[in-house]
Amino acid sequence: MTDFKVTPLSEDSFRNAIRESTSPRAVYDMAPGEAYTKFFEGLREGKILGTKCPSCGLVHVPPKVYCQYCYLPLTQWVEVKDEGFVETAVVVYIAAERERLEKPEVVGVIRLEGSGDRYRYPGLMHRICTEPEEVKSSRIMGAKVKARWATERKGSINDIECFEVVSWK
Amino acid sequence: MRPNINVKNRVAVVGAGLTLFRRRLMETPQELSWIAARQALDQAGLDFNDIDCVVSGSAPDAFDGVHMKGEYYVEGVANGKPHVRVFVGGGTGVFVPVAAWWHVASGLCRKVLVLAEEKMSSASRPHPQAVFKHIWDPLVEKPLNPNLIWIFAMEMHRYMYRCGVRKEDIALVSVKNKRNALDHPSAQAAAKITVDDVLNSEMLVYPVNRLDVSPVSDGAGAMVMVSEEWANRLTDNPIWVEGVGFNLDSTNWTNRDLGYPVYLKRAAEMAYRLAGIENPMKEIDVAEPYDPFDYKELHHMEGLGLCPPCKAAEVTKEGLTQRDGDLPTSPSGGLLGVGNPIAAAGIMKAIEIFWQLRGEAGARQVKKDVVTGLAQAWGDLMQVGTVVVMRR
Ligand SMILES: [Zn+2]
Repeated sequence: MTDFKVTPLSEDSFRNAIRESTSPRAVYDMAPGEAYTKFFEGLREGKILGTKCPSCGLVHVPPKVYCQYCYLPLTQWVEVKDEGFVETAVVVYIAAERERLEKPEVVGVIRLEGSGDRYRYPGLMHRICTEPEEVKSSRIMGAKVKARWATERKGSINDIECFEVVSWK
Repeated sequence: MRPNINVKNRVAVVGAGLTLFRRRLMETPQELSWIAARQALDQAGLDFNDIDCVVSGSAPDAFDGVHMKGEYYVEGVANGKPHVRVFVGGGTGVFVPVAAWWHVASGLCRKVLVLAEEKMSSASRPHPQAVFKHIWDPLVEKPLNPNLIWIFAMEMHRYMYRCGVRKEDIALVSVKNKRNALDHPSAQAAAKITVDDVLNSEMLVYPVNRLDVSPVSDGAGAMVMVSEEWANRLTDNPIWVEGVGFNLDSTNWTNRDLGYPVYLKRAAEMAYRLAGIENPMKEIDVAEPYDPFDYKELHHMEGLGLCPPCKAAEVTKEGLTQRDGDLPTSPSGGLLGVGNPIAAAGIMKAIEIFWQLRGEAGARQVKKDVVTGLAQAWGDLMQVGTVVVMRR
């Protein structure tokens, strides 16, 4: 085979090789849509709202205007308890741009009560107010948690400060 | 057993090429594409003029920093030809041969150049991972400032909990793949390491340490896929693509059990149906399950039906997935060892199966006689599965 070589660059030779640097700048302003508008209104009032599928019975949280399993329109809104179980949890030492956090945080997925089966369920990613050790020992898995609401709420996922442990499995 | 659908043409791979995988390469995306394509054409005994159609793949435009990057990186290899770029996140690299398959199987094209390119190093500052800031739901997830590794860690921990698997069992995959990569001429992250090295490496997001993860890379890979008529004309040793599968689960990853990859089970079932495979545990001789993280190789072996659910760690511990084992997995060294230029890493896995089935894998050649092999990739918000099954 003919030898078609490519050329690895060390960090230093890369710095010397750069010919152009660009930094695209775009700020996105997102419309909330039909389902999330009501969802965020609910959060502002300290409530978690979902939409229930008339066919499979799944309560969708975050809510949707369609059931992606039955391909049906969803019109029935229900309030879901602000309690659930820890489906999974991790200790994060880095955030979005791989910057190291000064203090590690615990985040996870909360399986909310109300409907669902072994595979599908209403759920949210959020912070969990607990110690990293509870994650590393896996004690947090399956623990019952409840939302701690911010006192000033503006209609955002951050209206929930975190989920706190109510009882251990 | 023969495929159970009517295809106009059987499809064969007759050549492949791969550049070095490195953290940074000097070459531009176009140059990388051209070099990999030339290698594949050389092995096939063809020239650019012989090619009817080009199918390519690459991950988000934001890495290279050029929107329309598909048209940009193929300028040296696709001018004047029908070209399509496919993109399903991390699943892209195996989706490229899947899409090339239907180009040839349908009778639309007879000789297809199949190309995957990735230049992640261009997304230089603060870190290539920052590109993934924009993969999340902008309304309910992004305000929590997540890093992509968060969700993989959540999936890994769910898998560990559901299956009773320990971090040290999972680390064996990283040890195996990085060691396998010592024999791969393109490898970026080949190393002789121990389980303790993995456990003691930088903690990114518990349970994910630095050595549980594949690196950021530049690289390109290419294959030539042709109709049966051309395969028989070009080589005595064609490798047939006999099954292709792809499937999408919900992007609402917070609403499904992450412990088992249903999207992959469905994609594999599609590929097995086409290839006439009834018992993958017996019929797949060698596999390249997608391993951007060490736990994913295990997770994917289960989704592919190569072992029962929750048994992959045990199978790995017993040594069955080593190159001299009964079910060699990632004999290339995988993404953990060879590197992870996203789309190029997926095609690297398909190329490894091609080389293994041809008996051309050199020091990486698995010990057992191999007739049927499989390559797989996965991506987007953890919900896309892509699979190819090949036979010699
Ligand atoms: Zn439904």
